Amino acid sequence: MQYLLLIYGNEGYWQNIGPEQQKMVGDYMEFTKGITASGHYKGGNRLDSTSKATTVRVRDGKKLITDGPFAETKEQLGGYYLVDAKDLDEAIGIAARIPGARIGSIEVRPIVSVSRPS
Amino acid sequence: MKIEQIYREESARILATLIRLLGSFDLAEEVTQEAFAVALEQWPQTGIPANPRAWLVSTARYKAIDLLRRQTRLEHKRDELQALVSNKELDETSDSMLSDANWPDDRLRLIFTCCHPALMIEAQVALTLRTLGGLATEEIAKAFLVPVPTMAQRLVRAKQKIRDARIPYRIPPQEEISERLAAVMIVIYLIFNEGYNAAGGDLLIRHDLCAEAIRLGRVICELLPRETEARGLLALMLLHDSRREARTGADGEFVLLEDQDRSHWNQEQIQEGLALTDSALREAPPGPYSIQAAISALHAHAKTANETDWTQIVALYDVLMRLQTSPVVELNRAVAVAMSQGPAQGLALLDELQTRGELNGYHLFPAVRGDLARRVKDWPMAAQAYRQALSLATNEIERRFLSKRLAEAEAK
Repeated sequence: MQYLLLIYGNEGYWQNIGPEQQKMVGDYMEFTKGITASGHYKGGNRLDSTSKATTVRVRDGKKLITDGPFAETKEQLGGYYLVDAKDLDEAIGIAARIPGARIGSIEVRPIVSVSRPS
Repeated sequence: MKIEQIYREESARILATLIRLLGSFDLAEEVTQEAFAVALEQWPQTGIPANPRAWLVSTARYKAIDLLRRQTRLEHKRDELQALVSNKELDETSDSMLSDANWPDDRLRLIFTCCHPALMIEAQVALTLRTLGGLATEEIAKAFLVPVPTMAQRLVRAKQKIRDARIPYRIPPQEEISERLAAVMIVIYLIFNEGYNAAGGDLLIRHDLCAEAIRLGRVICELLPRETEARGLLALMLLHDSRREARTGADGEFVLLEDQDRSHWNQEQIQEGLALTDSALREAPPGPYSIQAAISALHAHAKTANETDWTQIVALYDVLMRLQTSPVVELNRAVAVAMSQGPAQGLALLDELQTRGELNGYHLFPAVRGDLARRVKDWPMAAQAYRQALSLATNEIERRFLSKRLAEAEAK
C-alpha cells in the first residue's frame, strides 16, 4: 500500500543556509538513500517556497489565478515522499525518520488504490 | 452456563478472532451477532456445545462465507471470499482443535487496534467500549452525553480509517509495547473516570463504565502479566471503586473522603487492590499508575480519616511529580501537604499555583482553597472560593455540595 508523506515546516528555516541547514540536507540525502535501499521509496521532492506558489481555480468555466498557496498556514508544505509500506505503522515508522519531522510535522496520507471501491 | 453468560464473557473474544480471520470489523460484527442468533435458536434444543466459543466462531465463519457469496459480483469481494475459503486455519476449526491452549486470545490485538494513537481519543474510547465491552452505540452515546447519530458517525469513521489507512491488527512489536500500552491505559482510565467523576448523566450507566474499565484492566493484566503498570492501573481503579457506596449519602449528596463511613468500603476490592499494588511496586521501578495506587492504598489502610499517613502520601506525590509533572498532581500534593503540615502550608502552595494560572477554569482548584480556608476559619476567603468553584462546576451532585459549603461560610 502507498502513502504520501507530506513534510510541513516553517519555510523561514531555509532562508539562510548555515551549518544546521547543511547538516539537514545531508540527513535528507542519507534518509532517501536508506528508504531507496529498503524498497520503500517510490518518489519524493523538495518544493520551492510558497512565495513562488500560484493557486488556480476554475469557476463557471473561468480561470481564477491568485498568487500564493491555497491556504496561509503557520507551517508550510515543503516537500513529500511517496512510499510503499505494508501498513500504517510501517508508514508512521518511516515518517518519524524523515529529518524534517524533528523541526516540523509529517502528515501521513494513504493513497486510494484504483481497485478499491469507496 | 447460559447463553447470556456466554455472550457476556465470550463475545469480545469471538469478535476479536473473527476480525483477524475476516480482516473486517463490520463483517465480523455482523456475523458475530448472527452466530449468537443461531445459538439462541438451536441451543435450547441441541444443548450447549462442548466448546461454545469454537462453535460460534465456526458458525460465524460460515455466515461470512454466505454473505460474501451473495456479493461476489464485486471483484474485491471475490478476493476476500477466496482468502476466506482457502484460509487454512479456518479449515482446522473443529471443536477438538480449539482447546484454549492452542488458540490465541485475539483481544489483545483488538485492544491495541482500537487504542491506536492514529485514531481520535474519543473514537478510541467509543470503539473500545463497542467492540471489547459489547456496549450498544446508544449506551455509549448516553454515557458520554453525545447524540446517538454523532456517536454512530464517530464509530463508522474510526472503522473506515482502520480499513483505509490500514491500521494493522496486531500486537505491537516488543520495542513499541510500553509506548502503545500507555495509550491503551489512558483509554481504560478515561473510561473509568468518566464513570467515576462524571459531569452528569445516568448513574447506572456510569457504574457500568467503571465495571467495564476494571474488566478491561483485568484483560490486559491477564494477557500482559509482566507489565507492572497495567497492574498498578487495575489496583488504582479497584481501590477507587471500593469507595463508591460511601461517596454519596442517603440523598445522593457528595461525601468527602474524610467524612465517608469506611465500613461501607468494599473490602473485597480493597484486598485485591492492595495485593496488586504491592506486587506492582515490588517488581519494577514504579510508574505513575502504581504510585497513584500506592496513595490510594494508604487511604484504604487507614481505619479512620485521622489515621491517614499523610507524610507518606506527600512523599509519594513527590515521586509522582518527578514522573509526571502536572498542575492537577500539584494540587493534590498541596492537599496532602495541608493535611500533614497544616492548612497554611497548603494555602501557600495554592498561591504559587494560582500565579501560574494553569488551573484557572478547573472547579476543584477553588474548591480546595475553600476547604483549606474553612480549616483556618477564614470564612470570607472560603465563601469567595466556593462561589468561584460554583461558577465552574457542572456536576449536579458536586454543585449541591459546594452550595452547602458556601451557605455555611456565609453564615459565619
